[in-house]
Amino acid sequence: MNTNFWTRGAKTPDHGQFLKKKRLTGLGVFLTQAAIFVLFIGLWEIGARQGFVNAFIFSQPSKVWAQGLTMLADGQLLYHTGITVTETLIGFLLGTAAGTLVAVLIWASPFLARVLDPYIVIFNSMPKVALGPIFLVAFGQGYLSIIMMALAVSVVITTIVVYTAFRDVDANMIRLVRTFGGSTWQVFQKVVFPAALPTILSTLKVNVGLAWIGVIVGEFLVAQSGLGYLIIYGFQVFNLTLVMLALFVILIVSTAMYHLVAYFEKRTLKWRD
Amino acid sequence: MTAISFEGVSQKYMTQSGETVALSGIEFGIEPGEIVALVGPSGCGKSTILSLIAGLLTPTRGTIRVLGQRVERPSAACGYMFQQDCLLPWRTIRENILIGHEITGDRSPQKRERTLLLLERMGLSDTADQYPHQLSGGMRQRVALVRTLASDPQIVLLDEPFSALDYQIKLQLEDLVVRTLREHGLTGVLVTHDLGEAIAMCDRVFVMGKNPGTIKRELVVPDDVRALSPLEARESAEFHSLFRVIWGDLQNEY
Repeated sequence: MNTNFWTRGAKTPDHGQFLKKKRLTGLGVFLTQAAIFVLFIGLWEIGARQGFVNAFIFSQPSKVWAQGLTMLADGQLLYHTGITVTETLIGFLLGTAAGTLVAVLIWASPFLARVLDPYIVIFNSMPKVALGPIFLVAFGQGYLSIIMMALAVSVVITTIVVYTAFRDVDANMIRLVRTFGGSTWQVFQKVVFPAALPTILSTLKVNVGLAWIGVIVGEFLVAQSGLGYLIIYGFQVFNLTLVMLALFVILIVSTAMYHLVAYFEKRTLKWRD
Repeated sequence: MTAISFEGVSQKYMTQSGETVALSGIEFGIEPGEIVALVGPSGCGKSTILSLIAGLLTPTRGTIRVLGQRVERPSAACGYMFQQDCLLPWRTIRENILIGHEITGDRSPQKRERTLLLLERMGLSDTADQYPHQLSGGMRQRVALVRTLASDPQIVLLDEPFSALDYQIKLQLEDLVVRTLREHGLTGVLVTHDLGEAIAMCDRVFVMGKNPGTIKRELVVPDDVRALSPLEARESAEFHSLFRVIWGDLQNEY
């Protein structure tokens, strides 16, 4: 069949028209997205040069870019980014693992679930970053405090979401394992865990974001290194270009992490499609 | 030896506000190879009886024996078929039908072979590597049947296994299940809301009443109806007279 770039892979002429329309819409969405970005950066740059955006407060894209290149060259950017990413990854993994572990324990023991319930509610409604000073005193002025902060931010919500997923598992599937004489551990292993896996994986995506919050706040407080430290330091010496640069790097790296987790989620749940 | 016997079985459920008597003074015996139906209004304790036979529940009073053994916990002697097929969506069909072997820890190649052969005889061998959502409702319930038979049960408990299916598929499956149970000489207990299904598939029908759940009447399906397949049985004259008797019994219940 006669197909061009837009109708490639078409099975029939009508299918080709369908594909073409779909692809053109997709392209339109992408171009609009790109245009918004370019317009934003462009207006910011022009505004700063023309003076209707205060460049001292808001900096400007060309300066941020230059600052980025300088710090890339002297290795500072990679150094701070590396530290923040490592802390985030550790906090994220620990928070998810610890939260899931608690969920498993309270699933296996309804008694424990009832005992812990008020504590979970209280700890969940508390703004965890308020614990910052206590963490600093307890775990010292270093990485440990930052990682504990990331863990604290994500652990309770993980427990709540994963435990709810465990409880929502179809009772008949549990009966199925029971009728074969399965133990509680087998019920968990064969049915409850795999059934809750989609929920666990989607809490991973939320937890990446939460771990970033914990780590950046932690770095604000500890103020030794990392992107959070660059933001605080830049603010204190009124180098807003440095603040903007750190923000951009955080945007890029956290988005990349989110997509990585989303990709992992999709791969693990292959059976769905 | 009786396949299943209930001796003075009562079952109560306790809640904050008091107790509910689900079953009271249940007595019956089911012979090996028999297929028995439990019919009755919602809440008469039909499914509770299945759970008791399966060992998922312990009776408040009385004794239940399966193959002469007092029931204390679930055992591989009883296979259970649910209203939904309950196939695990993240497992392939092959993995689904072998789950019983996994749980009982019996992973012998012979059993595995036999189970896959069973799947083949249901005409489903080419679905082994597919996932449940790729199969139709009837196919899925056939897979569930294979899964139930895979662990070599002597008793098969059927908890409204056809109620979620289209009428035509339901008739085919009734036929398949009866043939399979008879062929393997298995004892069956069928819980259903469909009186026609009960008469067409079973040797005896227990009609139950509620508040509290009791067996009100026991009907024996005549031999000539029994000799027919469920589809043919529905056409016979005895079928209709039996249907009317049960129907009359249940009128007083609803």
